[in-house]
Amino acid sequence: MEGLISIAVGVMTACGVYLLLRARTFPVVLGLTLLSYAVNLFLFAMGRLTIGAPAIIDPERDIYTDPLPQALVLTAIVIGFGMTAFAVVLALRAKADLGNDHVDGKKR
Amino acid sequence: MSLLLQHAVILPLLVPLLGGIFLVLLGGSATPLRRTVSMVAIQALFAASLLLLLTSWDGDIQVYQVGNWPAPFGIVLVADRLSAAMVFLTSLLALFAMMHAIQGSDRSGRQFHVLFQFQLLGLNGAFLTGDLFNLFVFFEVLLIASYGLLLHGCGAARSRAGLHYVIINLAGSSLFLFAVGTLYGVLGTLNMADMAVRVAELPAEDRELVRAAALLLCVVFALKAALAPLHLWLPGAYSAAGPAAAAIFAIMTKVGAYAIVRVYGLIFGASAGELSGLVEPWLLTLGLLTVVVGTIGVLASQHLALLVSHLVVVSSGTLLTAFGIGGTAAVTAGLYYMLHSTFIAAALFLLSDNLSNTRGIYGDRLVAGPLLPAANLLGGLFLLLAVSVAGLPPLSGFMGKLMILQSSVESAWMPWIFAVILTTSLLTVIALARAGSTLFFKTDLRSGSATMPNMANLVPAIALAGASLVLVVYAGPIYAFTDAMATQLSDSTAYIGAVLGTEPQVSMP
Repeated sequence: MEGLISIAVGVMTACGVYLLLRARTFPVVLGLTLLSYAVNLFLFAMGRLTIGAPAIIDPERDIYTDPLPQALVLTAIVIGFGMTAFAVVLALRAKADLGNDHVDGKKR
Repeated sequence: MSLLLQHAVILPLLVPLLGGIFLVLLGGSATPLRRTVSMVAIQALFAASLLLLLTSWDGDIQVYQVGNWPAPFGIVLVADRLSAAMVFLTSLLALFAMMHAIQGSDRSGRQFHVLFQFQLLGLNGAFLTGDLFNLFVFFEVLLIASYGLLLHGCGAARSRAGLHYVIINLAGSSLFLFAVGTLYGVLGTLNMADMAVRVAELPAEDRELVRAAALLLCVVFALKAALAPLHLWLPGAYSAAGPAAAAIFAIMTKVGAYAIVRVYGLIFGASAGELSGLVEPWLLTLGLLTVVVGTIGVLASQHLALLVSHLVVVSSGTLLTAFGIGGTAAVTAGLYYMLHSTFIAAALFLLSDNLSNTRGIYGDRLVAGPLLPAANLLGGLFLLLAVSVAGLPPLSGFMGKLMILQSSVESAWMPWIFAVILTTSLLTVIALARAGSTLFFKTDLRSGSATMPNMANLVPAIALAGASLVLVVYAGPIYAFTDAMATQLSDSTAYIGAVLGTEPQVSMP
């Protein structure tokens, strides 16, 4: 499972960075989204991968997962989601103001 | 009063938060009412930050455990001299920026005052927090508010600059999370004091992972602080922003610089063994590079606002060079220079807006324009600020640069630092002299008439320029205070003891 998670994080980061370097706003926004997915998965894995354990300390069980990364991911998801929405609106606004969807507003 | 003192650390966060929420609820109401509420909130914030500065003056490190959760499990807010001084600087700047904004530039869009309050919340939070993830959250708060402030009012230039600014900062936020995640995965904590303890006793096999994460974190802070080559977003964004927004943005690069001295002074300080002194060589070389690149930008600028934005880049590079030299004397000099450059950059942005209003269609373009009324006042103010920002005696820029040069005498990089700082200062003088003579002496009589400047609008710029004079006249006490800040910053055991050693204030139900 460790291999699978790390490959998933790596592939998403690579795709995110590639899209982030495109010249049109839509791929850039998609790249940001993919990058934030990769970050969320990465943060989640930083609490170590544990299966079938609760995220709270239970006296009955001697194993539990680290709840802190889950809280961090929740915060990161909320912020990332809001920022993606903002970036979409801003890209639309820039297209309206600049007349095209190039990130520098160039005419081609 | 004791209740007030007990909560003095969180007051600079609560005041803009409550003010901002109240302003959201006032949506659609008359502008004079909103302006009053916003101004009152900023004055209350000024009082709160003054209280915080006075209580931390004698060197107490005040720790505020949010929700009474003991550190390192809960989030702590920590106010030492440096944090309190930064919060005070922010509120002073906010006061003058708001004085300028209520003269009319806040009318160009809807939610200016709300965004401004949340910007202050984010700035103060970033200065006060003692938790690395909480620092990320406050960075996001201040960035989200700054996106709104930057785009406030319309225009193609703002949309283009805003798009660049937002996207590069979102990418930076992702890097921040990668770095924080790695540090948490290795160290198992996010409290900065606790992280310092864990890094000090780090096993050798984890060291490289922590080093990678720490350098990644430094990339993020360098992005915020506009360190070359990550500074390219700054000139476009700051020159496109409205005057009040640009004035408050003058402290945004300082947030990055503050985060660098805080994190790398505390977590990767002297106690970190092989990991100590991790970023200083990078800061020094890239800081000097930033100064050079920024000066080239200053020379090439065709607009006054763009020129001032490049001056912000130069000041940011000078500041990080000082931090890169290392040692208490250099950090002291850097902190003094930081106070100076924040005031002067904000004053120049406000003056640039005034000039642009006066010159009508010529705006702030550096071309011969109409004959200016009140040219003595505007030109005199420009001269004062230019002398100060370029580092000519006798104003505060000279003092700051002199102290930085003095502190670098021992450094191996001394020839480079002297050469770069002195040459770029000369080039800055040339660029500013050219800009000033074009604006005030070269008049084109066919270009119609300029309007009289709004005197009330000039008051904040004059007051900020006055702050530069205060920095010179009271250089002794202010230097002593920045020295106390730097000394306290270098003593990480006191910080760790204050955060981790406090007894949890258990309140019985």
